[in-house]
Amino acid sequence: MTTTVPTPIRSTTTDRAIDLRGLTKSFGAVRAVDGLDLQVEAGEVLAFLGPNGAGKTTTIDLVLGFARPDSGTVSVFGLAPRDAIAAGKVSAVLQTGGLLKDLTVAETVLLTASLFSTSRPVDEVLERAGIAAIRDRRVGSCSGGEQQRLRFALALLPDPDLLILDEPTTGMDVEGRREFWSAIRADAARGRTIVFATHYLEEADAYADRVVLVRHGRVVADGSSAQVKNLAAGRVVSARLLGARPEQLAAVPGVDRAEVRGDRVLLQTGDSDAVARYLLTETEAADLEIGGLGLEDAFIALTSDRVGAPPGGTSTAHSTATTTTGSI
Amino acid sequence: MTTTLRTGTASAVSAPEAGARRRGGVNLTFLAIELKRLLRNRRTVIFTLVMPPMFFLIFGTAGSYRTTSAGHGNVTAYVMISMALYGAMLATTSGGAMVSVERAQGWSRQLRLTPLRPSVYVAIKVAVAMALGLASVVVVYLVGLAEGAHADLGVWIVTGLVAWLGSIVFAAFGLFMGYLLPAENVMQILGPVLAVLSFAGGLFVPLGDGVFATIGKVTPLYGLAELVRAPLVGDGVTLASVANVVLWAAVFGAGAVWRFRHDTARV
Repeated sequence: MTTTVPTPIRSTTTDRAIDLRGLTKSFGAVRAVDGLDLQVEAGEVLAFLGPNGAGKTTTIDLVLGFARPDSGTVSVFGLAPRDAIAAGKVSAVLQTGGLLKDLTVAETVLLTASLFSTSRPVDEVLERAGIAAIRDRRVGSCSGGEQQRLRFALALLPDPDLLILDEPTTGMDVEGRREFWSAIRADAARGRTIVFATHYLEEADAYADRVVLVRHGRVVADGSSAQVKNLAAGRVVSARLLGARPEQLAAVPGVDRAEVRGDRVLLQTGDSDAVARYLLTETEAADLEIGGLGLEDAFIALTSDRVGAPPGGTSTAHSTATTTTGSI
Repeated sequence: MTTTLRTGTASAVSAPEAGARRRGGVNLTFLAIELKRLLRNRRTVIFTLVMPPMFFLIFGTAGSYRTTSAGHGNVTAYVMISMALYGAMLATTSGGAMVSVERAQGWSRQLRLTPLRPSVYVAIKVAVAMALGLASVVVVYLVGLAEGAHADLGVWIVTGLVAWLGSIVFAAFGLFMGYLLPAENVMQILGPVLAVLSFAGGLFVPLGDGVFATIGKVTPLYGLAELVRAPLVGDGVTLASVANVVLWAAVFGAGAVWRFRHDTARV
């Protein structure tokens, strides 16, 4: 199964909250996870951002040991997923279902607590999840938001070092979302590592230190929230320009990304004036347009298919020059 | 000093903390809450604790039955024993099927976030179902005692124990069927199936002779019913009924293990 060799312990490896390498997982002909690499350091609050079907939930299932990868390795604090769960190092708030409707809120927590050899007190987790007032209510009569906070309370029981949230606010109203996130934010302040999957950009932006964009089971961008925002910030200068090569254009001062689409070039930049001036004075460019680019656009562009996008258009949010994507 | 190095295996090197796993999740809180859930479920209570004694009163307490001998007791005791087995079987079947019902609700996924092992979870569900099965046997026997069932003391004890312990075969049946028909209302399908099997196995009415009796003798309840009533009837145990029980226990047990293994590979 494993090879044991005498080497010094490298704490950087074992201290990692999550270490995923070359992960693949297929369901029939569908590659849900396709060579995914991801390292999450202890203490990070990471948003796993991508559209439905990007492989977020499958990746989380692999991290929790709910499914076995076809290839690649999963390590959670240096342990195999099942061992990390058994040791109470990782817990999760799962997407839907998963609760017995005929139990009360308190009974659900009590039952789950009894399965751990050590756990936080029932009253404490009810309080921290903000559901102490409804402790005697049947789970079946709880709202979606209340059920989600119950799942959060359950996840707090082992006092995990890593908390994984899979689309935690799906189906909640605005009020429910705000209450849920305020509970999570209070918790993150205690230094817990938090990884949450979401397709809400504003959630990733508001609550994560680091944002990882996934598409087709691969990481397509990885950076701080600010870096991902920069990716989308600025404007797109486009013009008709024959014979241009993206590598040349990307080297133009001020250009973050460049793309050639037919006889038009599209340049993403934080300084549209300078790029426009350059195009009009130093090249044969004509028919110039300047447009805005929102975070939403960048997200959609990075995480969806576009005709003409180069194969495996992978990039990191902070890498720039020669990378060409179909995104701008 | 050595350390382990990750190789190309599916899961990383592990150094499990034995303490967290030692108990594997078995505890009294879990059992108590599970029992409370069963008793809270009105349908379960009616099917396992109300209907069997009611059937006994309807089918088993005719005046002539009380005075007719059925070996080491009267015919009323014969019907009582059959109904106790019927109740125990309903309890264990529905208990086994609950595993897949809870899986359909996603509860088993939630449980995978705890140190509880799937096999222990199934064992606890079966244990709770067996507790309900015991309650069903006891209730029917108490009603029987009050309503004129007569048998030697040894017959009461041995038949009660065999009915109760034998019903574990149907816990495996419930598990297996639950995995095969994964739906929240699986018992609505299994209920009528169990009624048919009860008739076919001679639990409600004696099989007699003929084609239906021949078919009935290979159905899963026939052997168990014969074994359970054997101490009362006093004719000894036939090879056919023992073979019937062993065979069906093997089929249901192997089926349940097969589906369980398949099921825990993906949650």
